[in-house]
Amino acid sequence: MIFRLKRLDQLIKGQSAIIDSFTDLSTSLKLMELGCIPGTEVIMDSVAPLGDPIAIEFSGSKISLRKSEAATVIVK
Amino acid sequence: MKTPETTLKISFAGNPNSGKSTLFNALTGLRQKTGNFPGVTVDKKTARLKGNQGHVLELTDLPGTYSLFPKSLDERITADIILNPAHPDHPDLILVIADASNIHRSLYLASQIQETGIPFVFVLNMIDMARKAGKNLKTDKIHAYLGAPVFACNSREGEGITALESFIKNYVPANEKKPVNTAVFLGKDENYQKEDSIRRFEKISALADEITGGNAFRFDPRSQKIDKVLTHPIYGYLFFFLILFTIFQAIFYLAPYPMEWIESGFLYLGAWLGHLLPENLLSDLLLNGILPGLSGVMMFIPQIALLFLFLTILEDTGYMARASFIMDRALKKFGLNGRTVIPLMSGIACAIPAVMSARTISSARERLLTILITPLMSCSARLPVYTLLIALVIPDRTVAGIFNLQGLTLMGLYLLGFFAALGMALIYKIFIKGRERSFFIMELPVYRKPKWNNIGLLIREKVGLFVVDAGKVILAISIILWALANFGPGDRMETAMATWSDSVSAYPDKTDFYRSKMESVKLENSFAGILGKSIEPVIKPLGFDWKIGIALITSFAAREVFVGTMATLYAAGDDNNPEPLREKLMNLQDEKGNKVYSLATGLSLMIFYAFALQCMSTVAVVKRETGGWKWPLIQLFSFLLLAYFSSLAVYGFLS
Repeated sequence: MIFRLKRLDQLIKGQSAIIDSFTDLSTSLKLMELGCIPGTEVIMDSVAPLGDPIAIEFSGSKISLRKSEAATVIVK
Repeated sequence: MKTPETTLKISFAGNPNSGKSTLFNALTGLRQKTGNFPGVTVDKKTARLKGNQGHVLELTDLPGTYSLFPKSLDERITADIILNPAHPDHPDLILVIADASNIHRSLYLASQIQETGIPFVFVLNMIDMARKAGKNLKTDKIHAYLGAPVFACNSREGEGITALESFIKNYVPANEKKPVNTAVFLGKDENYQKEDSIRRFEKISALADEITGGNAFRFDPRSQKIDKVLTHPIYGYLFFFLILFTIFQAIFYLAPYPMEWIESGFLYLGAWLGHLLPENLLSDLLLNGILPGLSGVMMFIPQIALLFLFLTILEDTGYMARASFIMDRALKKFGLNGRTVIPLMSGIACAIPAVMSARTISSARERLLTILITPLMSCSARLPVYTLLIALVIPDRTVAGIFNLQGLTLMGLYLLGFFAALGMALIYKIFIKGRERSFFIMELPVYRKPKWNNIGLLIREKVGLFVVDAGKVILAISIILWALANFGPGDRMETAMATWSDSVSAYPDKTDFYRSKMESVKLENSFAGILGKSIEPVIKPLGFDWKIGIALITSFAAREVFVGTMATLYAAGDDNNPEPLREKLMNLQDEKGNKVYSLATGLSLMIFYAFALQCMSTVAVVKRETGGWKWPLIQLFSFLLLAYFSSLAVYGFLS
């Protein structure tokens, strides 16, 4: 099976993906201490009414992050 | 054996939203005390309990954290206490509090704490949520992984608290203290931290499956449904404004009742003491300096209590995170984030609790920005000044068929405050260099019912902090203002008063008239009066005369004092002339026969009060919340400049 890589902010609502890697170290540390490590399955939950930030769901919890932050997360 | 003198230090550590504070409250209740961690304005809650061997247990609630690699100020405090054995709060035992429906993160923190070698206990809190999701957590697996005692409890309902309490009360530390292993955590760069996170979480993920019996949790379905409504493009904002509306209504319409009781209580006390005490300077200081100062401090209690009642409900239920979520985008441009919206909006009621509530903002830079701009929001204390001035200079007539001109002016002043706040944020933003990057990565927790016990304790704590810390500064300023208004150079005051005091005895039927005249010349010839006159050249271009100058000085105590000072200066206490203050001010004319309160002067004065930081209580609270005099002084002067030049422009344009 071939995975197409994309950025987390490119997922559409309800779509799920697996975290592959991060392009920004500081952002990745914030996300990883919340348990969002490479290999974690995330679901795009919703986009805030004004278009930013977004909410994602993983391992039973929901977190919000800005699109600029999500753009540093590569998913497959 | 523990001897009665020894103190066992126990720290509560855990992720934000793990129910850590609820557990702390359940164990300690009213025995807790609040202070600050040394050198920083982060709340520190401690409590002392008696151990079963007569020793003392000192419990400390550490700021919530996800890891021992700190990223924010709060997390740095926790990491420092745990990793520095010389720290006065360094624990002998740590309680790691975990959200049972979200054990990954808690196991991560716990595995780091395990590596330090400090004895710890793992507490699976909110066990009810895990059960509801149909999970029977295998605590033996957690025990095997961490090598520490594991407790399951539900601190909201009190389940499992007794077992935990008896464990810590009977806990006896090993005779030989193991050295704390800090090398793993101190001075590590971000790359190392990344490796550390991946290494630990890989192990934890596998283990979590065993603990929960496979298939991971989904986000609470009930919360998911609520989110659909509360973050909806239409209903979400409707609900948000409904909440704000409810808060303002409560503070505008409910707070005045207890405030009036407090005020009349102090007036009653003052009148009673006035009859009791001999007429001398010391009594006057007590009756006209200290008592009004204390009353001024106490008067804010209902507003603080009410606002924190609402804010804590919003925070406790999980709504605050959603409000931030839907408002973040709009505030980002101004150097603020979604979390600043509630403190900022609370400023419409009163800047004091609003500034205090900025503590929920985790980024130091955004928090400071919020504290700096919040007092520009038009608070309820500006209302009496606005109402008086609007009634003076704005005609009471209808425009465009339905709008009342006076009402429109009042609304305009509120909007002006809001836009000035955003504008100043852009300016301050340039000067406040943030060391920390701004992130908006935060949990949207599961919705819960508010816990009244938590709310009660928090209100008690906030009111206590305000009365003790800000109260000192407010009292000191009140005494200074009293002295300025009651003393004058040489015998200037006495001479001026003497001319009228003769009349008081000469015309017994007009005593009140002459007494109020006496009060008026007394103030005019006091230091405050002389100061007011001496600033006249500076305020003349704004359209203000020296009487307004005096009122500007005395109303630094609080804006509403403006009305009282005007009443004194125009001898409004004169019973034989029943004309109310408003009429009196309206009919005033200067030497050339022009109205003193022209439209230009009135509007200029309104603008001045909208912008100037005429509130010593706010200054005191900002000093407390920013940990020094630097920021309140910068704020005071930048607001003064803004007020001066805006009034100058308005007066220049209109006259």
